[in-house]
Amino acid sequence: MKKNRLWGAGASLLLAVALVVSGCGAKNDNNGDGSASNGSAGGTEATGVIKDIKDRGKLIVGVKYDTKLFGLKDTASGNVEGFDIDISKAIAKKIFGDESKIELKEVTSKTRIQMLDNGDIDLIVATMTITDERKKQVDFSDVYFKAGQSLLVKQGSPITGLKDVTKDTKVLGVKGATSIKNIEDKVPGLRVLQFENYQEAFTALKAGKGDTLTTDNAILYGMAKQDPGYTVVGGTFTDEPYGIAAKKGNADLLALVNETLKEMKDSGEYATIYEKWIGEKPPTE
Amino acid sequence: MLDFSVLTNNMDDYLEGFKYTIYASLLGLAGSFVLGTLIAVFRISPFAALRGFGTAYVEFFRNIPLLLVVYLFYLGLPTAGIQLDGFQAGTLGLTIYTSSFIAEAIRAGIQSVPAGQMEAARSSGLTYLQAMRHVILPQAVRIVIPPISNQFLNLVKNSSILGVVAGLDLMYFADQVNLNTFLPVETYLFTGAFYLILTFPLAYATRVLERKLARAG
Repeated sequence: MKKNRLWGAGASLLLAVALVVSGCGAKNDNNGDGSASNGSAGGTEATGVIKDIKDRGKLIVGVKYDTKLFGLKDTASGNVEGFDIDISKAIAKKIFGDESKIELKEVTSKTRIQMLDNGDIDLIVATMTITDERKKQVDFSDVYFKAGQSLLVKQGSPITGLKDVTKDTKVLGVKGATSIKNIEDKVPGLRVLQFENYQEAFTALKAGKGDTLTTDNAILYGMAKQDPGYTVVGGTFTDEPYGIAAKKGNADLLALVNETLKEMKDSGEYATIYEKWIGEKPPTE
Repeated sequence: MLDFSVLTNNMDDYLEGFKYTIYASLLGLAGSFVLGTLIAVFRISPFAALRGFGTAYVEFFRNIPLLLVVYLFYLGLPTAGIQLDGFQAGTLGLTIYTSSFIAEAIRAGIQSVPAGQMEAARSSGLTYLQAMRHVILPQAVRIVIPPISNQFLNLVKNSSILGVVAGLDLMYFADQVNLNTFLPVETYLFTGAFYLILTFPLAYATRVLERKLARAG
């Protein structure tokens, strides 16, 4: 009896391992296909992509549907709203003179590059950090949001930035996030109290279990919006800027995106959108 | 083959967590036994108020999930101005939760001694407390050891709840080891081994005790 149960447990463990392994394999294959088709098709589409978009009559943008402040689907109205959406609309307006000539498609961090390569979307505006690794796969616009790690504190907290964090400060974070390592490297001797997810960490902060919560500012701004008793302080102490991505070789489309961003900044429209979603003025360059 | 470097490279984390798991278990074992005995006495007390309190205590704490009991102390108490850290709140929640089960085991044990025993003891001139001490409890102890040892084992294993409230226990550090190594099978197998280091001797000790008392009877 006991022996049978042991075999059963062993078998289920093997099955689980097999599933994980096969799952990983399949994903790698997909990536392989994607980059291959990118390579062959990239050259021919490099020119006239803006013309293609105009002929089609709408700009197709990949955005997040599940990210507070940046791209979130309102379950009641069905509308997708956020900072990324407003930026996308401004680009559509630049192309067509009409911000409604746009189609939003849901992407996730896993699917977005694949969808761009397949031609399902023209641009990715989806909280995508510009990294050297990703630059090999896509082309990025100028920075449109200065993301990076920051600190969330209760209004009136003596902590005004990383300089006030000592090894005795009670810092809260989320298990497995790179932000833990970042801050522990910057403040020697510090041990971050770690929780399962951001909601639990924020709940702990609100219950007074820590002095500050650290992670990407984009997430912290979302929490600060949820509870105005909390605020993001000290700017960012890591550099993970968000960029808009286009398929490799679409230089003219990216030039247009960059031009749009610059015009928005000059006209103050960028600051308006930034304040509307993030809740404070954009940082000065 | 198992990758033992998961264990050797992260020994500091494992041992740090193991230390707090031992603390939580020892405090929990002592606390829940004392508290459980007290509540069991309330439950069978001749005073209605004490019985009512004992019943309410047992039915409340054993019928909600352990996680909620721990949250109550971790997140609930601050609203009353009492601030406990993850280890304190986790250990307290664990102790109180387990004490409700232990109280039930002890009450059942005492009540399983036939009522005639108490009547006989009382009529031979013993007071209620003397009858309890010399006649009822010695018989009840043998009956309650197996269920209580189960609760003790559960308590040691349930101490993993501390990991959820950043209680610095074995499970808390095991999650971190897993996220550093990306080798969950190894990480958690070794974690399980650490729990066995605690639970095997505990199970063995209670079995020896059980056998000894059976012989004495």
